Amino acid sequence: MPALKELEKAFFHSKKDRDFQGKLEHLQKTYIGRPTPLYFASRLTEHLGGAKIYLKREDLAHTGAHKINNAVGQVLVAENIGKKRVIAETGAGQHGVATATAAALAGLECEIYMGSEDMKRQALNVFRMRLLGAKVTEVATGSRTLKDAINEALRDWTTNVRSTHYVLGTVFGPHPFPLMVRDFQSVIGRETKRQIIDAEGGLPDYLIACVGGGSNAMGLFYEFLNENIKMIGVEAGGRGIETGEHAARFAGGSIGVFQGCMSYLLQDDDGNVLGTHSVSAGLDYASIGPEHPYLRDTGRVRYTYATDDEALSAFELLSRTEGIIPALESAHALAEVVKLAPGLSKDEVIVINLSGRGDKDVQHVARIKGIDL
Amino acid sequence: MISKIEKTFKKLKKEGRKAFIPYIMAGDPSLDKTKEVVLLLEECGADIVELGVPFSDPLADGPTIQRSSERALKNGVTLRKAISHVKDIRQMSQIPIVLMTYFNPVFKYGVENFIKNAKIAGVDGVIIPDLPPDEAEDFIKLSREAALDTIFLLAPTSTEDRIKKIIKVSKGFIYYVSITGITGTTLLLDGSMEVLISKIKRYTDKPVAVGFGVSTPEEASAVARVSDGVIVGSAIVKKLYESPDELKRYILSLREAIK
Repeated sequence: MPALKELEKAFFHSKKDRDFQGKLEHLQKTYIGRPTPLYFASRLTEHLGGAKIYLKREDLAHTGAHKINNAVGQVLVAENIGKKRVIAETGAGQHGVATATAAALAGLECEIYMGSEDMKRQALNVFRMRLLGAKVTEVATGSRTLKDAINEALRDWTTNVRSTHYVLGTVFGPHPFPLMVRDFQSVIGRETKRQIIDAEGGLPDYLIACVGGGSNAMGLFYEFLNENIKMIGVEAGGRGIETGEHAARFAGGSIGVFQGCMSYLLQDDDGNVLGTHSVSAGLDYASIGPEHPYLRDTGRVRYTYATDDEALSAFELLSRTEGIIPALESAHALAEVVKLAPGLSKDEVIVINLSGRGDKDVQHVARIKGIDL
Repeated sequence: MISKIEKTFKKLKKEGRKAFIPYIMAGDPSLDKTKEVVLLLEECGADIVELGVPFSDPLADGPTIQRSSERALKNGVTLRKAISHVKDIRQMSQIPIVLMTYFNPVFKYGVENFIKNAKIAGVDGVIIPDLPPDEAEDFIKLSREAALDTIFLLAPTSTEDRIKKIIKVSKGFIYYVSITGITGTTLLLDGSMEVLISKIKRYTDKPVAVGFGVSTPEEASAVARVSDGVIVGSAIVKKLYESPDELKRYILSLREAIK
């Protein structure tokens, strides 16, 4: 608790601190490569034959996903409170790579916890993190995926709290993490707003994002919550809700308290957390950032899911029609667009958060297709 | 009203002794064995037994108890079963029992029902390591009404305000976590524990028991000198799993060391 209070204080201070904000903006521009483009996907639009589809290209941010926005922000906060070491959990490896990158940038020691199952799926990212000077520690307990990596990172943090900051990668966990991560990600929505007004002369009709922990979705949605825009969050439907092998917390979960916050949780009748499945490691998680249940229960955001197969086919569709290989996580958001766009009129506008690039997934997809690389 | 746990500490104080509080995981290797071990612990002079409830994500626990928890879950042990197991133990033993469980199973069970049924079964106190007192208002209030002790944790990093708060909401005893970190980590006996416990003692005469990281009789003895009780968990769980034949001798050596 003292560590969370210290962090809360430092974060609120940084929000008002001109030097901090100046440094963050400078790094966003010169290091991360912001603003990321908002791209009109004309061939995909034509192919689906309905609404105009825009992609917010977070895949073009440094390290290939939106995760860097939060990692750089938190590492700056960690520096301000005098921490010499940062740790993080990672599922798909994107947040681990982003944290290792930000740590290298700031000259901090870095250790990343990753489930052994995910290390297998994302071997490329494991090597990237090591190249960046981070220590990658395998987590072989529990389901050996993201939730177990978070457990292990929390254990490390309680042990080394005096020297270490925990760069939690999503809008989850105890306060102030959900708030802080949303704040560092909300640059996505702010840029999108300006860019879509430039491109279309007005706001979009739909915003769509995939939801694992939910940081890329919060980052896109937050700026638009008070606008008259429909928003859709897409969870991982895995092999289908009826199989029990999925990570769709709203479709298959109930309220629980897990890893420091109350939210929807995939759990059994005795309150033990259930194993999850998704083709995408970044969505393979038993709970969801606590602001999402709020947005859902107030009716502000609609949540749905896409199955592994739907995501895989969207992954290939975008690659072929636009020359953009999306992350499997982002492919879940695309799968919803594939269902939605054809039924909309040609003057309606959809913006998807293309939260990451798919290079990390290429080997995994080849394996699924039975192709030996 | 004075609780069974408080009575135990009072009696020990009068006799100039310190409490020995062993921890075991309910259902590892089996619930039958757990009952047997509780009786053995009592026979060997334990004052209070801390009974762990397995959970899928034991955040505060190190590898030894994590694995023990996984084994107990595989045996189908749940919070519900742990509670009815206490009822079963109560047929043969009246040793004070403290349940250690994570919060989500309690939340899912229903806080009110949990407290009611735990009390009926004969549980004396509850430790929930991932429930900070800031979020525990209902839990504390309902536990008081049911005369179930609520034991909260203090750590070396706890601030003055935190110490006062934990003292206020703890009943039975205060659980001082000897290290920053998880169960089963190596203990550091550098005199800092003594300083921190005397800091706690400045504000309260409630008993302070120390846990996390105590494994050898020498450590137990050193910790007993500066506190009111010693909790030994991972080392016992490990012994029970790896060499159960040596358990009794090990327990006796701990008992001998805690004076």
